[in-house]
Amino acid sequence: MARYGMVIDTKKCVGCMDCVVACKTENNVPEGYNRDWIVQVANGKFPYINLEIQSQRCNHCDNTPCVSCCPTGASHVHEIGKVVLVDHEVCIGCKACIAACPYDARFIHPDGYADKCTFCIHRVEKGELPACVSVCPTHCMYFGDLDDPNSEVSKLLASRKYHVLLPEAGTSPRIFYLI
Amino acid sequence: MNSISRRKFLKITGFTVGAATASTALGPIVKGAKKLEEKSIKGIKKIPTYCDICFWKCGAIAYVKDGILWKIEGNPDDPLSRGRLCPRGTGGIGAHFDPDRLRAPLIRTRKRGEEVWREVTWDEALDFIANKMKKIKEIYGPESVASFSHGIGGNFIKHMLKAYGAVNFAAPSFAQCRGPRDVGFELTFGENVGSPERTDIENTKCLVLIGSHLGENMHNSQVQEFAHAIENDATIIVVDPRFSIAASKAKYYLPIKPGTDIALLLAWMNVIVSEKLYDENYVRKYGFGFEQFSVEISQYTPEWAYPETGIKPDLIRITAREMAKNKPATIIHPGRHATWYGDDTQRSRAIALLNALLGSWGRKGGFFFPVSYSLPPYPYPPYPTPTKEKLDNPNNKYPFASEEITNGIREATITGKPYPIKGWFVYATNLIHALPNEEETIKAIQNLDLLVVIDVIPSEIAGWADVVLPETVYLERYDELHTSAFKEPFVGIRQPVVDPPADQKPNWWIAKKLAEKLGLGQYFPWNHIEEYLDYRLKAAGLSLEELKQKGIIKGQKQPIYIEEGIEPEFATPSGKIEFYSTQLLQAGFDPVPRYKRPQEPPAGYYRLLFGRAPVHSFSRTQSNPILMDMMDENEVWINYDIAQKWGIKTGQYIRLKNQDGIVSNKIKVKATERIRPDCVYLVHGFGHNSKMLKRAYQKGASDSQLITKYEIDPIMGGTGMNVNFVTFELEV
Repeated sequence: MARYGMVIDTKKCVGCMDCVVACKTENNVPEGYNRDWIVQVANGKFPYINLEIQSQRCNHCDNTPCVSCCPTGASHVHEIGKVVLVDHEVCIGCKACIAACPYDARFIHPDGYADKCTFCIHRVEKGELPACVSVCPTHCMYFGDLDDPNSEVSKLLASRKYHVLLPEAGTSPRIFYLI
Repeated sequence: MNSISRRKFLKITGFTVGAATASTALGPIVKGAKKLEEKSIKGIKKIPTYCDICFWKCGAIAYVKDGILWKIEGNPDDPLSRGRLCPRGTGGIGAHFDPDRLRAPLIRTRKRGEEVWREVTWDEALDFIANKMKKIKEIYGPESVASFSHGIGGNFIKHMLKAYGAVNFAAPSFAQCRGPRDVGFELTFGENVGSPERTDIENTKCLVLIGSHLGENMHNSQVQEFAHAIENDATIIVVDPRFSIAASKAKYYLPIKPGTDIALLLAWMNVIVSEKLYDENYVRKYGFGFEQFSVEISQYTPEWAYPETGIKPDLIRITAREMAKNKPATIIHPGRHATWYGDDTQRSRAIALLNALLGSWGRKGGFFFPVSYSLPPYPYPPYPTPTKEKLDNPNNKYPFASEEITNGIREATITGKPYPIKGWFVYATNLIHALPNEEETIKAIQNLDLLVVIDVIPSEIAGWADVVLPETVYLERYDELHTSAFKEPFVGIRQPVVDPPADQKPNWWIAKKLAEKLGLGQYFPWNHIEEYLDYRLKAAGLSLEELKQKGIIKGQKQPIYIEEGIEPEFATPSGKIEFYSTQLLQAGFDPVPRYKRPQEPPAGYYRLLFGRAPVHSFSRTQSNPILMDMMDENEVWINYDIAQKWGIKTGQYIRLKNQDGIVSNKIKVKATERIRPDCVYLVHGFGHNSKMLKRAYQKGASDSQLITKYEIDPIMGGTGMNVNFVTFELEV
């Protein structure tokens, strides 16, 4: 069974927010909310600056505090690709998952349920890439099965240096940033 | 100026904003929008078109779900978008849903400047315009109606005006943008870099960006190729007073003192000539005046350039050698917005000459020779012979201007010389934000008998109009066929995806109806634009139906590099690449570019620089609900140490005051290490004062408002705008 993850090449990413816009239109994300977002991390003293741009979203972790804390079972690990999803019909909007997520990836949708990135599972099931990946003008995002050693994502992780966000949180996140 | 900043805002009598109900999601916003083809609205329809959020004109495919516009993606067949739009293009559907859009024709009912309007029918609006135009023609002649436009949508309006007898047509894209660059390259190679630019970034081994901030400046194909060049491990060299996104990708970042780029370019050429690193065969075969050029250039050592630019001599040498090592697959990028200091043509010429030394013009990984699809024109009757000449450049004051000068028309409108200008047609360009010194623009407007603005949003210039005509957005209309010259020939179509939400009309319809009212119906012999498109396509052996299906039809691939057998031709007086320009010398200019030291900012003032954000185009997208959700105000970038000195913190609001005492709207501070201490930076297009732009109203500050001073380029008439200085007002 597949275990989907995302690899993002920070060397190519220009932080243009196309991933954010594409997610909004694809998933009709309400105004004022985003399922993905851009973070720019700048260090150093002018002119010796290091800048890393990160396209961030739910990390679809292997260890899921958002699922274990959910009182209704709405937050769950989907059978396809082990993608972390929220069942909108079951969710009561209690915000326990929002408190539990170290990545601040979730928000309460105006319709009352917890919402977040789904890895565009509705597209992936049809053989398409997530909207953010397919729109990126720099081709800096890669999506695939981390358990398949021949997948593009596995090959990139085998050949390039990378890091994940908040490894100390112990969540085993599945979004990897190539550096 | 005070009267402008205190000006009354648009008051619309009898005007209702139909779809402007408060909404948190995009879905409910569309409730007022009519659905296309009511019968077959269920399911998903994919309709190809091309984008209009900027001028790049990317091929796209729009998705309509159950009759409502859902999303838009790149057309994989399009050589420009390659299946991927930029964030503005992806968010382009917001232009259709924008609740602040113009919805019906408006006629001003009180004194100009009071901005009180009434909503009228199209018939009444066009009758009003036609009557005024007839009067202007009778008293002053048709040459006294001038036009300002931006983008391909202006074509039919210009056609109507040419049929009327107008001769003065200008666009800010020349004298406020790429003009000096184009002229600098024309003087050197005999032709310019075009749009989209003929830069082969995809195959380059060394890319030099001078102020050009690809990645923030989202010219789609260029950004895609830029990422490709990074992946290919091409050497990136970035010259910018600000540590741009592109700078973060660079192997060499040169934090240049603003206004000293020519000194750096001369020193680079000095190294390349003195160390004999140039492409000798290329220069011998294609160059003219190289001997005189090398004598002149020998004085500009890196040691000479160091105190001017702040760039250390060894860094100048290392980067020059790096460029030469990768020749001819080296691009010193010509940039696009090039109107900076008033000596911009000479800077652009220096860029052209550096490329010429490296032999990159016409070479793979350098500058390719673009090809385009040839479509025969529609056989219209000939335009009337004008009795007066164009007046934007009287007595050829700016001898190498290769397009019309907007500010020349503005000047003539103020002075009435060489003849009066009494009417302005303004299509899809917000002149208040596009031209420097808005006071002059408003002064010119006071002399007009007719100001018509055709646009999709109530921009600031619409606020000054006598008649405002609401146009459909690109997703609701046909337009001229797209045949830009690029790496392979292609034809693209723009076609309606959804119906307009109200009484908006496409530009071709407006032009045709107005022509008919002017008694010029013979210039629009077709009933619907589809007949026009069909005629032109058939004449080229193509089918409108097929193009509507595919969105893009490509022609035969052709050679685009010297390596593929092209023998270059240079339309210069010598027929060669002009290292030394006798035509410049004869006109009284430097035949080889020279450096002039820029003026220093007064104590406590900082040079005002401006640029682009990836999610906005000019001042035209700040009412788009999707794009404003990405970025709803601009920030002023201030060097961290300077901010500390002033006691200013990131997130705090301040105002900027320029050297002439003009004070901006309040703007958020970004105190950052990513900019030099002698300048500040903000993204252009914000700080709207048009109250009808509810979402954008007074969000952020307008650089244009602070650009009261400009230096005119004596070679081509462009307005250098990076010559203003600002200080900070902490009370907001």
